[in-house]
Amino acid sequence: MTASTRTLQVDALARVEGEGRFQVRLEGARVVQAEFSIFEPPRYFEALLEGRSFRDAPDITSRICGICPIAYIMSASQAMEAALGWQIPEPIASLRRLIYCGEWIQSHVLHTHMLHAPDFLGLPDSLALAQQDRRLVENGLAVKKLGNRLMEVIGGRSVHPVNTRVGGFYRAPEAASLHALLPELERCEALSLAALETFASFDFPDLEPDTLFVALRHPSVYPLAEGRIATSEGLEIEVAEFPAAFIERQVAHSNALQGQTRDGAAYLVGPLARFNLNAERLPPDLLEHAERAGLRPGCRNPFKSLLARQLETIYALREAARLIRDYVPPEPSFVEGPLRAGTGHGATEAPRGLCYHRYALAEDGSILAATIVPPTSQNQRQIELDLIATVERFHDRDDTALQWLCEQAIRNYDPCISCATHFLKLDVERV
Amino acid sequence: MKPTLAVWKFSSCDGCQLTLLDCEDELLELAETVTIAHFLEATRSRQPGPYDISLVEGSVTTAGEVERIRQIRRDSRLLVTIGACATAGGVQALRNARDHAAFKAAVYPSPQFIDALDTSTPIADHVPVDFELRGCPIDKRQLLETITALLKGRKPVLPDYSQCVECKLAGTVCVMVAHATPCMGPVTQGGCGNLCPRVGRGCYGCFGPKENANTEMLAAEFAALGADRRTIRDLFGNVTAGAPAFAAERARHDG
Repeated sequence: MTASTRTLQVDALARVEGEGRFQVRLEGARVVQAEFSIFEPPRYFEALLEGRSFRDAPDITSRICGICPIAYIMSASQAMEAALGWQIPEPIASLRRLIYCGEWIQSHVLHTHMLHAPDFLGLPDSLALAQQDRRLVENGLAVKKLGNRLMEVIGGRSVHPVNTRVGGFYRAPEAASLHALLPELERCEALSLAALETFASFDFPDLEPDTLFVALRHPSVYPLAEGRIATSEGLEIEVAEFPAAFIERQVAHSNALQGQTRDGAAYLVGPLARFNLNAERLPPDLLEHAERAGLRPGCRNPFKSLLARQLETIYALREAARLIRDYVPPEPSFVEGPLRAGTGHGATEAPRGLCYHRYALAEDGSILAATIVPPTSQNQRQIELDLIATVERFHDRDDTALQWLCEQAIRNYDPCISCATHFLKLDVERV
Repeated sequence: MKPTLAVWKFSSCDGCQLTLLDCEDELLELAETVTIAHFLEATRSRQPGPYDISLVEGSVTTAGEVERIRQIRRDSRLLVTIGACATAGGVQALRNARDHAAFKAAVYPSPQFIDALDTSTPIADHVPVDFELRGCPIDKRQLLETITALLKGRKPVLPDYSQCVECKLAGTVCVMVAHATPCMGPVTQGGCGNLCPRVGRGCYGCFGPKENANTEMLAAEFAALGADRRTIRDLFGNVTAGAPAFAAERARHDG
């Protein structure tokens, strides 16, 4: 260290779900070392599932994350159904897509309005934002409430829904209780379009790192719980081939395993990846709104994930309305078939990105082995690379400003650190 | 001066803290009534203690967390634990009955880097707790009632009866009587709004054991309905597996 060394430290990264820390060592304009650490204590979900019935996996894995329980419920259910060879009829698949829309809406709006937007305005939180622009926050809360309401009507409650099961639902909701949500869905779509315009006026730091995007892709719909795994380099594989193409690596500085491709490359999952790989599946008028907001397919600016997330909120509201208008209660509300030994894979699009599960079952349906790859563990390495790019690009800013920008760069990913192991401490050392 | 509210996280899924942010109709009003002095999931501004009310989510699973909860207790006038992790150890307490080293090795290629205690324990095992809110997750109405009551200086009014009573009050058909579906309702504290029986599903114990829960009789009833040992073990070994009454019953059906 020299007399000119400056050390910046943030004790805790706020507005993320979970606990994390970032340390960076800067020599002039060059980052020589960067580590994004997750020290949220491990909870060993994969190990505690062993020896239990396949039926227990959706509810137990939903406890990985209170913000995106549906992602875990759906990926686990898909994997079990694949292992057992159970086919899910279309009406059940549509009802699953509908509750998933509810999760996207509440999780996305929580992030865009309450956790991420304040960064762009230099505000500490959404309460300060409400003092400046009460309507924006109130409207956001209305949309978030609707997302939660949708989950409650279908799932019984929004955090850890109870009405879902391997094979479908315990009881199909009545059409009338869903139809009652249509006027609010329309009103919230208009509120969300107005919020997209507000967000579009924000100053987005100019940063476009090389990024490999990974998301589900489907021939006809924008993916939530359907499709094959695709990358921006043109790879497209079956969900069951995930382990052949992607690996998780343990690093000493983190309690979350880090995802990378078999070739050792970092990759990004989440709204920006989904948008870039599936833009043509969006209704044309939504693409025009995106374009006007400054979000074009191929966008590599991670800060614009805010726009992609808001666009997906609008999409999910409209898609939910469509699914409700077409809704016929599935009868029966779940399918069941014989048990058998086997391995099954499941992958769905959590609000934060691809959520992959694999289970090996014994003949009686008991779980022999479980592997769960949450979105934030996959994004971890890309977050480190974005932080390096951010610090190098904006090194001339003063310590306080740079620190905040680093936090913001992490929040681009809406990191659910509870998921990845499961607060962030930021150390910037300037030599 | 407005009273100060702090929200703290230990080992957990964030779902109970989220319940506070899910009070969409009350949140802005609440923020005018109290000063939110520490709530990392929602704000980067942080104020030092003391705090009038601390809401604590999560269980204690590391040596660092043991130290942290002691400091929070020293800084807090009232300490309220929220949710199954904070009040019973959470689903992660399933490891308490198992070999922790084997768990670490099963999930992490290099288990030596992982710093965690062998057990996941509720907050009350480490510091005195003034009030507890059950549930996985907690119920929004119960949370608002608790904050309101504590701010007014009265005791929160929350049910201490079983899920069964909740079903009777709501007119929900008994899933065990009508469909022979094993249900944890008779031994589980009410409060969720009898969500599972309402959709024809057996309760799985999110609110933990009610006082004087007769778990042994219920396990015998499950067996009479045809449930095997593992099923009974796992009915008691779910998201509130660490609560003493459930842990003891679970152990009777293990192995």
